[in-house]
Amino acid sequence: MAEREQIKKTAPKPSEKTQQNAPASSESGEKLKAELDDLLDEIDEVLETNAEDFVKSYIQKGGQ
Amino acid sequence: MAIPKVVGIETEYGIMVRGTDDWNPISASSLLINAYVGSEVGGLDDRNRPVSWDFTDEMPGSDAREYLVPEFAMPPEIETHLVNAVLTNGARYYVDHAHPEISTPECRNALSVVLYDRAAELIAVDSMASAADALPPGQEVILYKDNSDRKGNSYGCHENYLLDRHLPFGEIVHAATIHFVTRQIFTGSGKVGTELLGGPSVDYQITQRAEHFEEEVGLETTLKRPIVNTRDEPHADSQLYRRLHVIAGDANMSQVATFNKVGTTSVLLAMAEDKEFTWTKTLAHPVLAMHQVSHDMTLELPLQFSDGSSATALEIQFELLDSARKWARTRGLEAVGGEEVGTMILDRWEQVLSGLETDPGTVAGQVDWVAKLRLLDGFRERHDCGWDDSRLRALDLQYHDLRPGKSLASRVGLEILVSDEDASAAKSEPPPDTRAFFRGKCLQRYPDSVVAANWDSMVFDVGDDPLRRVPMMEPTRGTVEHVGTLIEQSDTAAELLEKLGA
Repeated sequence: MAEREQIKKTAPKPSEKTQQNAPASSESGEKLKAELDDLLDEIDEVLETNAEDFVKSYIQKGGQ
Repeated sequence: MAIPKVVGIETEYGIMVRGTDDWNPISASSLLINAYVGSEVGGLDDRNRPVSWDFTDEMPGSDAREYLVPEFAMPPEIETHLVNAVLTNGARYYVDHAHPEISTPECRNALSVVLYDRAAELIAVDSMASAADALPPGQEVILYKDNSDRKGNSYGCHENYLLDRHLPFGEIVHAATIHFVTRQIFTGSGKVGTELLGGPSVDYQITQRAEHFEEEVGLETTLKRPIVNTRDEPHADSQLYRRLHVIAGDANMSQVATFNKVGTTSVLLAMAEDKEFTWTKTLAHPVLAMHQVSHDMTLELPLQFSDGSSATALEIQFELLDSARKWARTRGLEAVGGEEVGTMILDRWEQVLSGLETDPGTVAGQVDWVAKLRLLDGFRERHDCGWDDSRLRALDLQYHDLRPGKSLASRVGLEILVSDEDASAAKSEPPPDTRAFFRGKCLQRYPDSVVAANWDSMVFDVGDDPLRRVPMMEPTRGTVEHVGTLIEQSDTAAELLEKLGA
């Protein structure tokens, strides 16, 4: 645990600039929530009609 | 001195055909690509056939660990008979195994990669529309930008970085391993459930790809996948360069995630070239750690180091960022595309780590696994359902659906870095600052004279025998600066070759 604490201490604090630009602002948070609510309101129209069949039929051959 | 980080990504798309049970992924992929290159939007020329890929220099079986004898390695097959087209933006569009795949042109920085990755998505969208016209009524081809069918089958989104040949491979492995395991916290695209047989029970995890890795270092890409892939095929002067072929990442719907994935990796590789990759600890069990990071949504699980100590992925990432800032102060950011984009990489990196540390919900606009989790949690709350509900699995898949009306990723508020207008132009225009410019412009200007092209050469037929091959062994040459005027002033390929002295 001592090691973890030591590493933690050296983690840089967010710079002022970063804080200003941080995506965490309440405004963008509310916008995100509104968009999500809209999507959830319409989800029945957007989502694949038979979810179970869709999930089962989604079979891919392996790739790289 | 770090060399310019020329970068590109290759994406294998998941594919389905609706409206018939009688289809196979190889012919569907071929039909899709042919429909695109033969269409008005994707048309390379009026001959209605694509300029084909030239396989002369392909050596995917070469192993960076020179001491390994070839018997141990299974070189990937090159399927030369399948559809394989070169686009006027310098990209390659082809059938790989059972998937359509688009390789972006060579780009000079992470933001340029985002532009061409978005352009590739738009090409995929156009391709689906063109394919619909070629199919019987009621049938459609659908593409998904994901990495797994959630049934054990995985397909990749690979990154490629130009490296100095002089950097010892062991140092690459050291730097790459710690980053590939821990960067997953901001590069993961999220997945419902687990594909690990006999593994822990998992409702939701950070990445799609982590569980498909079984080795630390190796040549394989389709089975027993290694965290660090040793394919040694530089597609450039092999005396000077390597290409690090990275198979350990998810395909991202979030443009910021793609930017962060490519940006941070470019920085750390440049630091290694400058001998300033100062992180020294090695993970005790890298493959296990890869799975653990993917399974740990709390971001609090300590990963064990070989010396007995431990740290979380987030703590390790903060350390790497700290050393990157120090490197940038002494060495500058030229290697990763200049001051502007380099600073953006470091600031975005810090933002995403700080956001994840404070509350992952704050980076739902930047990190795919968080964005998808919000959608799934919102749905679970409204419908009061458990993680075994097949509608959640459908949402998980449909997040990656590329059809504009069906894509859930396009509806969850992901931050945009490049406009669709710019990305649309990038479907046919090459980047100006790598050799892709030469490739793309020659295809635009002299389609009838280009016989074949690949990453490091082009073959012209200018009417006289024999065919003329123009080598392009230096990825940073052939830019608009080098050849823009020459191409503009040459009405024919013959004129151009004469001016180039080829």
